[in-house]
Amino acid sequence: MRTDTMDEQTDGAGPDATTTETPPAGGAVTDTPPTGSAPAEDPVLAPPVVDEGDTTPMLQLEDVKKSYGGFHAVKGLSLSVKRGEIFGFLGPNGAGKTTTIRMVAGVLRPSSGRVVVGGDDLLASPEKAKSRVGYIPDRPYLYDKLSGGEFLRFVAGLWGREGDAVEQRADRLLELFHLTPWKDELIESYSHGMRQKILISSALIHQPELIVVDEPMVGLDPRSARLLKDLFRTFAGHGGTVFLSTHTLEVAEALCDRIAIINQGQIIAFGTMEELRAQSESGGADLEDIFLKVTGGEAMSDIVESLREAIER
Amino acid sequence: MSQAAVRPRAGLFWLLRPKIRTKLNRARTDEGRLFKGFLLGFVGLFFWALIFGVIFRMLLYFRGTQGIGDLLAAKLLGLAFLTFLMILVLSNVITALSTFFLSEDLEFVVAAPVEAETVYAARLIETIVDSSWMVALLAIPLLLAYGAVYAASPLYYLLALATVVPFLIIPAVLGSAGTLLLVNVFPARRTRDLLALIGLFAAAGVVTLFRFLRPERLMSPEEFSSLVDFVAVLRTPTSAWLPSEWAADALMSFLSGRFEWFPFVFLWSTALMTLVVGGWLHRRYFDAGFTRAQEGAERKEGRARSRILDRVFARSEPASRVMLGKEIRVFFRDTTQWSQLVLLGVLVAVYVYNITVLPLYTGEQVSFLLINAVSFLNLGLAGFVVAAIAARFVFPAMSIEGRMMWLMRSSPVDVRKLFWTKYKVGTVPLLLVAVPLIVGTNIVLEATPFILILTSITMVGITFALTSLALGFGALYPNYDTENVAEIPTSFGGLLFMMAAVSYLAGVVILEAWPVYLYLNGRFQGGEAVVSVVPLLMGVSGAAILTALATWLPLRAGIRRVQSLDF
Repeated sequence: MRTDTMDEQTDGAGPDATTTETPPAGGAVTDTPPTGSAPAEDPVLAPPVVDEGDTTPMLQLEDVKKSYGGFHAVKGLSLSVKRGEIFGFLGPNGAGKTTTIRMVAGVLRPSSGRVVVGGDDLLASPEKAKSRVGYIPDRPYLYDKLSGGEFLRFVAGLWGREGDAVEQRADRLLELFHLTPWKDELIESYSHGMRQKILISSALIHQPELIVVDEPMVGLDPRSARLLKDLFRTFAGHGGTVFLSTHTLEVAEALCDRIAIINQGQIIAFGTMEELRAQSESGGADLEDIFLKVTGGEAMSDIVESLREAIER
Repeated sequence: MSQAAVRPRAGLFWLLRPKIRTKLNRARTDEGRLFKGFLLGFVGLFFWALIFGVIFRMLLYFRGTQGIGDLLAAKLLGLAFLTFLMILVLSNVITALSTFFLSEDLEFVVAAPVEAETVYAARLIETIVDSSWMVALLAIPLLLAYGAVYAASPLYYLLALATVVPFLIIPAVLGSAGTLLLVNVFPARRTRDLLALIGLFAAAGVVTLFRFLRPERLMSPEEFSSLVDFVAVLRTPTSAWLPSEWAADALMSFLSGRFEWFPFVFLWSTALMTLVVGGWLHRRYFDAGFTRAQEGAERKEGRARSRILDRVFARSEPASRVMLGKEIRVFFRDTTQWSQLVLLGVLVAVYVYNITVLPLYTGEQVSFLLINAVSFLNLGLAGFVVAAIAARFVFPAMSIEGRMMWLMRSSPVDVRKLFWTKYKVGTVPLLLVAVPLIVGTNIVLEATPFILILTSITMVGITFALTSLALGFGALYPNYDTENVAEIPTSFGGLLFMMAAVSYLAGVVILEAWPVYLYLNGRFQGGEAVVSVVPLLMGVSGAAILTALATWLPLRAGIRRVQSLDF
């Protein structure tokens, strides 16, 4: 079983505390990994240790609804995500993905229903539930007048983490994302991609159990996108859970253990890739075909055809 | 020629349309528009009536002064236009930076096949409206009062309108041209910092100069050594080369029955000429400036971790510590925020100066009761100064978290903690201003120790309440979208806060002043034996209860509001 280094720090650890890592069953202790990669044993990517006998789902949505005035954005979602799972949430524009993601992150209050994180109701015990979650929104709004390093320490502090363990985690995350030379620069001088990387680092700085992420690949260069995919896999491999929404179907297909497709605020397909194929009667189709079929996007091919004809005329 | 080339290009109105529609849609979908409209109308009319009344009385008094009445009226109009001009140039420089270089919709406009002159005209109109509306509103009662006192014909009002239009155009063109040149030299984000500083120091200079010149002396010619000096001062134009003087000359000459065309024509021809030059400058330098404005990724010099701040808050728990540290870092790194401290300093200096020049000690000794009455008036006014500072610094506190609310809401930190952090960060500096201010002015006023102690303690309570009112109203009426912090207090919520603050201050002063007067009067007349402390205790307790309510209720309402909001 791993030693939970961050939790030691939370309880007032001082300079003695070190980031020692014991790998999960079957793993092996490695040296400090090379810059820019997310090797399977990087301690910075591991969630806090949990009792292996604990079968509580990491995330549960029970008939969650959200309305804005007369508009029903989410119409009664129910799903359960296990620990160690990467769960993909797909849907066309305006389907209710971001609304759901924000409710899971605790930013939006559901109009009705329950969101339970690691056994704690997000409405009844928000502090306990939120302390398990790292949230990466789709738009990287940050404090422009803080430096990257200061922002990471700030976020860690909000989650009650401080001390040398935070410093070490911050340094390692900045190193992973090639931001070390920029850590003392104000965020206002960062590019969009750098902001996105700081945002991802900030979600990991406090050692969450669940990462909730909206459109993770936006603004990332191919190398960083690859790094992020490795990072999610490593995190899940350590027992962490990822709940992500994306339009990049290849990412979902390659990463996710299970997928839910949402349209007009309701889940219309749910399960592993195999189960989705079966549900949509798509034989050996890829996720794009399944997605287009279940969301009615097949009509798109007709539109493309009409457009081609119009141009030819 | 291809078909695309002959398509009509978007005209001026087409470019202005999105802005107009946005404003109309916002007004249409605002559920509280009736209430807001009524309140704003009421407050607006009140201030218009007040300004009109004051100017009207002054002009009547001037007209009664044989020989120099018209000179005085002309001088006053010249000074008013000069003040307007200075404010307009400054505000246009800052507004033009947003409208011409930083607006988010510029990407579309610049990418569209629209003529440079059309873009220039559309952005200039936007700049004029955004920067000049307040001056235009102030000018209305002023010019109406002149018309009323001089019993002017309807033609005067048309002339006034025709005078104000070029008067607004000239500073807008000059301001945007200045911005255009600055952006071509500095990157736009740095220019904003620079302009914020220049603007504030200039504004502070104008206010100080205007205050220390003591324009009220124009009302009392006896202070000049001879009438000849006084008339000489009046006859000197403020500056013959400024549009303010031309506007004042055109209007005054009409009012006194000898209309001079020259200043009026000069004003219009200058406005048209500046438009032509401005358009040319825009065509010539805008593209280069806009490109520079996009180069925001300028690296700042490295900064080491600020351990001093960490040490100061070492005893608080991590979440509070990082929030306090963040507040202070962000404030002092944002030029648009900290530079407002300059205005604060000027405000306090002018206030103390005004107290020192009060004509209390001229001639024979005034009664100590009057001094004490003035002390309570001072308490209310000093409270007003604190309210104005709170409007600037505390009221926007929740609004500036708007785009970052995703982080606060997703973190395990309760909104209450965020509120309390903001409350502490607001209260401590306000106390550091308020307490020395009230103690200092009381010493200047030679108030009794009893009054000094009572008003000082009251001031501490007032500061707690005003910070809470500012924070609460700021959360109830937030502006989460603005890029410009200085814009937030001028909103509808800012107005409501100031009204609430003034009502609260009036309540406290009334509750304390009357029983204190009775108490002091009793002591003054009959000695200790006949003095009843009951009304005094009741008054002070009433003020304390009012203060406690004014502290507790807005905080509670604000917290509930933020908790219930969807971000």
